[in-house]
Amino acid sequence: MSAVPADAPAPARTVRRARRPVAALVAIGFLALVVLAAVLAPLLAPYAPDTVDLSSSLVGTGGEHLLGTDASGQDLLSRVLYGARTSLVAPVLLLALAGVIGVSLGTLAAWRGGWVDAFVSRLTDVMYAFPGLLFVVLIIAVFGTGMTTSVLGLGLAFAPTIAKYTRSVALAERAKPYVDAYRVQGMGGARICVRHLVPNLARSIAGYLVVLFGEALMSLATLSYLGFGTQPPSSDWGLMVQEGQSAIVQGALLPALVPGTAIAAVVVAFNVAGVHLADRLGTRR
Amino acid sequence: MIVRIGRRLAGLLATLLASSFVIFAAIYAAPGDPAVFLAGGRDTLTPERLAAVREQYHLDEPLVVQYGRWLWDCLHLDLGRSFQYGDEVADLLAARFPTTLELVAYATVLFVVLGVGAGALAALNRGRWIDSAVVGATTLAASVPSFVGGIALVALFGVQLGWFPVTGSGEGLAGTLHHLTLPAVAMALGALAVVSRVTRQAVVDADGADHVAVARSSGLPEREVVRRHVLRNALGPIVTMCGLVTAGMLAGTVAIETVFGLSGIGSLLVGAINSHDFPVAQAVLLLMVTCYVVVTTLVDLAHPLLDPRLKSARSAA
Amino acid sequence: MLLDIDRLTVHLPGTARPLLADVSLRVAAGEIVGLVGESGSGKSTTAKAVLRVLPDDAAAHGRVTVAGTDVLTMTGTALREHRARRVAMIHQNPRSALNPVHRVGDFLVERLVHTGDHDRRTARDRAVELLDSVGLNDPASRLRQYPHEMSGGMLQRVVIAGALAADPDLILADESTSALDVTTQAEILALLRDLGRRRETGMLFITHDLHLAAAYCDRVYVMYAGRIVEHRSGHTLFDHARHPYTRGLLDCSPELGVSRPLRPIPGRPPSLADGSDGCPFAARCPQAEPACEAWAPQATELPDGGEAACRRLPEAAAATAGATAKDIP
Repeated sequence: MSAVPADAPAPARTVRRARRPVAALVAIGFLALVVLAAVLAPLLAPYAPDTVDLSSSLVGTGGEHLLGTDASGQDLLSRVLYGARTSLVAPVLLLALAGVIGVSLGTLAAWRGGWVDAFVSRLTDVMYAFPGLLFVVLIIAVFGTGMTTSVLGLGLAFAPTIAKYTRSVALAERAKPYVDAYRVQGMGGARICVRHLVPNLARSIAGYLVVLFGEALMSLATLSYLGFGTQPPSSDWGLMVQEGQSAIVQGALLPALVPGTAIAAVVVAFNVAGVHLADRLGTRR
Repeated sequence: MIVRIGRRLAGLLATLLASSFVIFAAIYAAPGDPAVFLAGGRDTLTPERLAAVREQYHLDEPLVVQYGRWLWDCLHLDLGRSFQYGDEVADLLAARFPTTLELVAYATVLFVVLGVGAGALAALNRGRWIDSAVVGATTLAASVPSFVGGIALVALFGVQLGWFPVTGSGEGLAGTLHHLTLPAVAMALGALAVVSRVTRQAVVDADGADHVAVARSSGLPEREVVRRHVLRNALGPIVTMCGLVTAGMLAGTVAIETVFGLSGIGSLLVGAINSHDFPVAQAVLLLMVTCYVVVTTLVDLAHPLLDPRLKSARSAA
Repeated sequence: MLLDIDRLTVHLPGTARPLLADVSLRVAAGEIVGLVGESGSGKSTTAKAVLRVLPDDAAAHGRVTVAGTDVLTMTGTALREHRARRVAMIHQNPRSALNPVHRVGDFLVERLVHTGDHDRRTARDRAVELLDSVGLNDPASRLRQYPHEMSGGMLQRVVIAGALAADPDLILADESTSALDVTTQAEILALLRDLGRRRETGMLFITHDLHLAAAYCDRVYVMYAGRIVEHRSGHTLFDHARHPYTRGLLDCSPELGVSRPLRPIPGRPPSLADGSDGCPFAARCPQAEPACEAWAPQATELPDGGEAACRRLPEAAAATAGATAKDIP
């Protein structure tokens, strides 16, 4: 009797759904450090972020400046630490705005159904038929540049996708028996939504927002880089990249690459941690 | 089939009308007098210029008439005059649009070849290391904003190694390719993740179809099975996603053209906004939205060509 | 012997009972052999083993030979040639067996070019001949049709034409007519029999319909839970079925002109998670005795040349006694 494997020995053809938690934990740890550094920037930064010292322009790493300086002699480490504040807080504000609008519209559409649902769905479809960046650029063209306009514009641009997600999960939640139970007890629709429906969806929506964070940060950084977002003398990472770019042709790469790396590292960490968190929070994808 | 095309074209027109109206009516959302806003703000205002703007935009007439006349002018390529450059906006666009199109076309070729290739490779080796490597690398690439990626490319290949020029768009085919390689790579990198993910899923789905197992068990060479059955049948979602990404790239040129100092319509838009040159911004936005909507419509119309079942189903309906 | 399966056992990891246990089965050239059983009994797995398209992680023991060549040890080109030229399979659902985006002609030409010895031009002519031989009218224009433009019966003829493309020695018909309506089914059955006779092709005819198999096939194997429980010539099966499972199957399907109560077999077949060393049918068998639970099924030869695997057959008792006597010195 011969014993042969029935076919070429191949490993089980399945892909792990979630990343290994190790990677997610490292990412979360890194993000915690970044947040801590941003909060403690005044204590950690070796220089004031706006100390101009033209005599030490474009100094390399090491020595008195750990990450070197930019063209006007400002310490890059200090600037990145302070820039983290704007770069991390602005996406939170953006997502909060988009979340409030999106969750309200999505819940309303799911709860009321009928023409309200049709209207909201059509509205989100129209927004989808339009690249979000162009919408934001139009808003900035009309209302002028600045961080407030950028956050408001991107908040509006992000709202439809959140509305769409909320609507889909809220529709499923509304079908659950407890909702009918509250209705039978005579509780009003608005009260059920605010007190029970939305809180029950909060975990899942929070997971969705975490996944969007990286994109929000990238979009804001892009706007700042283009000069539409943060305006000097304030600064964030996107604007730092723009300011540092001219030094590249002089061979000084750090002024652009230090803030650029900061953006990329935080977005990567958020995406790695976000996927894991979204899975844990039961976010549908 | 004809009905379907007609319906799709009607949708295209409706979207274009709606978005052009939003772009036009935006001047009324701006704080202050729309004429002042259109003329570039109070700082450089002269009465002659104000009069010229009122005349160009018919600001004394009702909103709908203004919009109608503006749209009519746009259709005749009369897009007004740039206050920044002093040129006809249409001439500005005509001079700069080719660079943007070349850039988008180059980036599209790159992300289609690399993204579809990587996705198919991952799907056909799913569960092995190459699959994880593709998913990991493309996810990483998507986490880097294109302007950061572009600057890193400039720093490495432009300045350190000196292989590629740092700015400008070059002359002739070779020169253009040489100049546009880094920007196109920077734009394509961000698209790789989504394209390879969609390709991977489409190929996995197509590979699981019964007729593929039948083809394998009938002794067709594996290469033929993959090419004629798996990849061919996975084309639908792949073409759709590539079309959407290409359409979205027009907006993406805003950042990349700025990084690489290319004078296309993306950098024109950025300059127009930073110098309050709203007529130019309006025209560029209108052009970008039109291209976006046209490309997505074309992709949608191309679908029945890929799947004969759709053709007869839709024409019967 | 064209197809010779000898004590084939196929195991999937993580399951209690094997997919196939000690399956032995033969098909001679020009012969139609039925393989009957409920879904999950291992009929299709047997066919897949002949093409060597078992799941990646399945472990197979035993021998499968087609025209004297061992199938289970084949790899690479030899395996491809085997699938392409020696054996052809006709599946249950012709609609899912054909690529929906290709024309019927593309399907046939592809088979002819890659599994036969044709170039594209001669393949075209041959494809028309093939469609004509399976009874499709206007074959030249059929080549330009897509699968969704044809009916199920027409598609099954196309699939059969594809199976004949490489002039195979053995055809595996896996529920090939089950999805068709009765008149189409009859036409396809006649077509298959006719083609088999003309080309001296052997056919393994897999079905869940015992009556059909008994009427249509020269010999019939009945499978239950991965085992062959009975093997008889077609005409003896109806009236002289010996295994209680076979009789149960006959009792639970209606017959024309005979008025008798239908008796479904109680219970359900064991799943892959139910492992037992005894007779797998014991739990549902009306004649089971406690000893059946511990009796490892073994085929016993019947006087008419058939075989059945039941402990309660008188022949089985005799054989066991004989074997025991031989074992003890």
